Amino acid sequence: MKAISLEEAIAMIPAGASVMVGGFMGVGTPERLLDEVVRQKKGGLSLICNDAAIPGKGVGKLFDAALVARLTATHIGLNAKAQQQMLANQITVDLVPQGTFVERIRAGGCGLGGVLTPTGVGTLVAQGKREIEVDGKPFLLETALRAQFALVHAFLADYLGNLAYALTSRNFNPVMAMAADTVIVTAENIVPVGVIAPDHVVTPAPLVDYLITNG
Amino acid sequence: MDPQIIIARRVAKELRSGDLVNLGIGIPTLVANYVPADLKVFFQSENGLIGTGPIPEQGLAHPTLTDAGGRPISALPGASTFDSAMSFGLIRGGHVDVTVLGGLQVDAHGHLANWMIPGKMVPGMGGAMDLVSGAKRVIVAMQHAAKGKSKIVAKCSLPLTSARPVNLVVTDLAVIGFADGRATLLETAPGVTIGEVMAATEADLLVGDHVPEMMI
Repeated sequence: MKAISLEEAIAMIPAGASVMVGGFMGVGTPERLLDEVVRQKKGGLSLICNDAAIPGKGVGKLFDAALVARLTATHIGLNAKAQQQMLANQITVDLVPQGTFVERIRAGGCGLGGVLTPTGVGTLVAQGKREIEVDGKPFLLETALRAQFALVHAFLADYLGNLAYALTSRNFNPVMAMAADTVIVTAENIVPVGVIAPDHVVTPAPLVDYLITNG
Repeated sequence: MDPQIIIARRVAKELRSGDLVNLGIGIPTLVANYVPADLKVFFQSENGLIGTGPIPEQGLAHPTLTDAGGRPISALPGASTFDSAMSFGLIRGGHVDVTVLGGLQVDAHGHLANWMIPGKMVPGMGGAMDLVSGAKRVIVAMQHAAKGKSKIVAKCSLPLTSARPVNLVVTDLAVIGFADGRATLLETAPGVTIGEVMAATEADLLVGDHVPEMMI
């Protein structure tokens, strides 16, 4: 793990990159990283995030600044701006059931080709996917999902990069921290090694590439 | 009584002590208000919490303790938090005893459509498809009709949420079950006759010998 500035971290992301962002309706989202993405105008992004949050909050800021070209998400109903951009064909949106979304990312981070899920069998979601029967039950083959970058927000990070999360701001963060080539983390509190007890580390340090210095 | 409150009160009667319950947005959220205090029900919020408590007082909300809509909530003693993979493992894995969801249409065989209106409303399915696929019991809490049109239809015209039928539908007019794969009128709302329910329902309903009034 390397501790770097916000500016240096976002400068590494090329326009058009695939980026996973943790958070659920903007809760547990690395806001400072997103502010810097907007400041550096990194456009054409392929965004992977549970939802589109709301304008002005979380990944909602990326839609405000029209930086997203493609979105993989489970729900965008609370962001009218993202909906408008979808209906105007300015962004391509792939809507995925939430349990499938997180399992595809988990698979991507765990070296699996995908998962078999009953969710979506017999619905629009099944279109173009392989249906596989196991013990007489139908499942959909859902393929793994990875990104070039994961932007993760933690409650605690120690000097090595071990992470712990707070309450419902954990959500997709630890799963995404497994599934990207480069993992960039902001933390509410950066603490000495040992403050997070081994049993309470959720994301082990070797998964974290860059920790943003608190300034 | 307000139609939504009739629905919420009746659905609350379906919950048992020890149940792990997931409530959807809208009318389902109201159900928590009508659970008797002596019933120990665990409410799950799919963004990663079991043990959701009431909305905190003004000024006591914490930005990292929210429901699936991003609104502040509280956590009860004994609550637990987890990531989204765990949360949906609970849902898909059959660990959730009851889910209560809103609906746009339910058909004569119990199929639910509640996630999109093509060309008009495409918000995304969120957790709905996983909940209907995986929860042990699926209860739909919705108004019987919208703009004068029955929401209990012969066949769903809107895209289905799951191929799996739901277990129970509770509306402001009736309770409808699907035990034999056919919509069956189980109860009528207070002051509503069987004839009125039939007239307000597009789907053919089986009617048992004894159709009691809802106990709310």
